[in-house]
Amino acid sequence: MSKVSLTRAVRFKRIQVSRHLRDKMNSAWMLFTMVIVVVMPLILLIGLYLKSAMLLNQHSIFHLLFSKEWKPLSGEFGFFPFIVSSVWVTVVALLISAPVCLLTSIHLTQYAKKWVLSIMHPVIDMLAGIPSVIFGVWGILVIVPAIGNYVAPFFGKTVSGYSILAGAIVLSIMIIPFILNILIEIFKTIPVELSEASLSLGASKWQTIKFVLVKKAFPGIVSAFGLGMSRAFGETIAVLMVVGNVTQIPTGVFQPGYPLPALIANNYGEMLSVPLYDSALMLAALILFVVVLVFNFASRLLIVRYERHF
Amino acid sequence: MMENVKIRIKDLNLYFGKQHILKNINVEIPEKKITVIMGPSGCGKTTLMKSLNRLTDLNPDARLSGSIFIDGEDILHTSEDITKIRKMMGLLAQRPYPLPMNIYNNIAYGLRISGRKNKRFLDRRIEHYLRQVNLWDEVKDRLRDPAGALSIGQQQRLCLARGLAVDPEIILADEPTSALDPISSQTIEEKFLELKSNYTIVLVTHILRQAKRIADHVVFMYLGEVVEQGTAREIFENPREDKTKSYLKGLFY
Ligand SMILES: Nc1ncnc2c1ncn2[C@@H]1O[C@H](COP(=O)(O)OP(=O)(O)OP(=O)(O)O)[C@@H](O)[C@H]1O
Ligand SMILES: [Mg+2]
Repeated sequence: MSKVSLTRAVRFKRIQVSRHLRDKMNSAWMLFTMVIVVVMPLILLIGLYLKSAMLLNQHSIFHLLFSKEWKPLSGEFGFFPFIVSSVWVTVVALLISAPVCLLTSIHLTQYAKKWVLSIMHPVIDMLAGIPSVIFGVWGILVIVPAIGNYVAPFFGKTVSGYSILAGAIVLSIMIIPFILNILIEIFKTIPVELSEASLSLGASKWQTIKFVLVKKAFPGIVSAFGLGMSRAFGETIAVLMVVGNVTQIPTGVFQPGYPLPALIANNYGEMLSVPLYDSALMLAALILFVVVLVFNFASRLLIVRYERHF
Repeated sequence: MMENVKIRIKDLNLYFGKQHILKNINVEIPEKKITVIMGPSGCGKTTLMKSLNRLTDLNPDARLSGSIFIDGEDILHTSEDITKIRKMMGLLAQRPYPLPMNIYNNIAYGLRISGRKNKRFLDRRIEHYLRQVNLWDEVKDRLRDPAGALSIGQQQRLCLARGLAVDPEIILADEPTSALDPISSQTIEEKFLELKSNYTIVLVTHILRQAKRIADHVVFMYLGEVVEQGTAREIFENPREDKTKSYLKGLFY
């Protein structure tokens, strides 16, 4: 071997070593950041638990979840009204957004011309990025008076308009772009050949959508709504502004409610001199956190399993 | 021509947006014969097939002009229900696309769509068509399993059975064996030779030997145009055009 190529070989070796080192350092950093990402929610969970432990030591969790009495001054912390309110706004919001999202995503991916989708996509992204307080303000200016002056009287009720329905409408406007984005992605990944197969068997376009495309996408659709639900359940400010914040168990959509996130946001830092009050709010946060986590996890699991299945 | 013409394509032009994909296509496809469409990749074979049962309608950017006569009726300008026209043609794609349901329902689907819902009738038909594609013995004990769990070769035979079950007159097959192993390919090929006594078969293939084995009639395409067409013997033994000659020699694909 000549001298030149030998030195070159040595230099090459050195470069390799330093690159190797850099790779190692990079992967150490990556590992570190990854650990932070994974450990953070865990720390949060433990922190919330420790903070709410004081309350949990005094009352059983069952009692706290299902008691209707919320009287912090006399030490009664029943979360039932807040949980029911949260479920109300979330479910109604989902009922409003589900058909809209499903039909819009089907229209955009199956019927509309390509340029319509390519315009709508950034628009939807933009809607998804609007700060929630703006939706809240819009809710106060438009939705609340509309319900108080027109919708509720139409059903024979006299109410202020600050209600479960107002919260749900504002919420649904917020989660529609979010769910829509996922649904469009799901429908776009279904190969056109599958539609062609169904059509060539004599199915109409609508039959193809109903029996083949929706069926193929079904697990994905369910998990998209699961993700939307966990978002709706945790949404705070926009709901808080229009939902009324009255501690009661709502029995209809025109009544005001008081969802968990609003409870926390409205009261934390205010009445902390009351014994156990902060512990109760931490418990509310814990409940919220666990519910959102479970929904998210279940939805993602469904997506993964569905991708493996087909 | 000696044979009955099943499909007559007249002055067909197709655009995707501004792209001119099919240029002045004039083709005659004889009844109850195997017509093979050949040509290099991207020359428009798949697009031509999809025009035949108007799957090009799915693409909002596609524009068609000209005529396609099937049994004398122009399917591009007809008042007839498009689903009836499509049902007349079974489609076999390049890769199998089983419907997202079990094996049984994959075949029952087309029958149910056309209103045949009687359970006994469905059972009998499904067995019949699965036997016809030599799949019955392999799947008879797991008809309720998802069709996606079958091997690719089995899936393709299932797709053929599914297409036959709606009782078409024409079979459109777009490189149906390109994803299959040699044995499965051979099964499909033999099936076609058997089926041609009852069906008009249009087959796209890149495999020259396959074409020579089963073609009665050949259409050769190049860059969106039909360069040459005729009986298999004419094209394979006496091609007139230079492009056909060099393609047959394997000079380009
Ligand atoms: N959906 C579409 N939108 C726009 N252009 C398309 C579309 N489908 C096909 N084309 C174009 O039409 C031309 C013909 O495509 P086609 O799939 O018919 O070719 P092919 O002969 O089947 O090729 P291959 O042998 O590779 O399957 C190609 O140039 C392709 O880029
Ligand atoms: Mg093709």
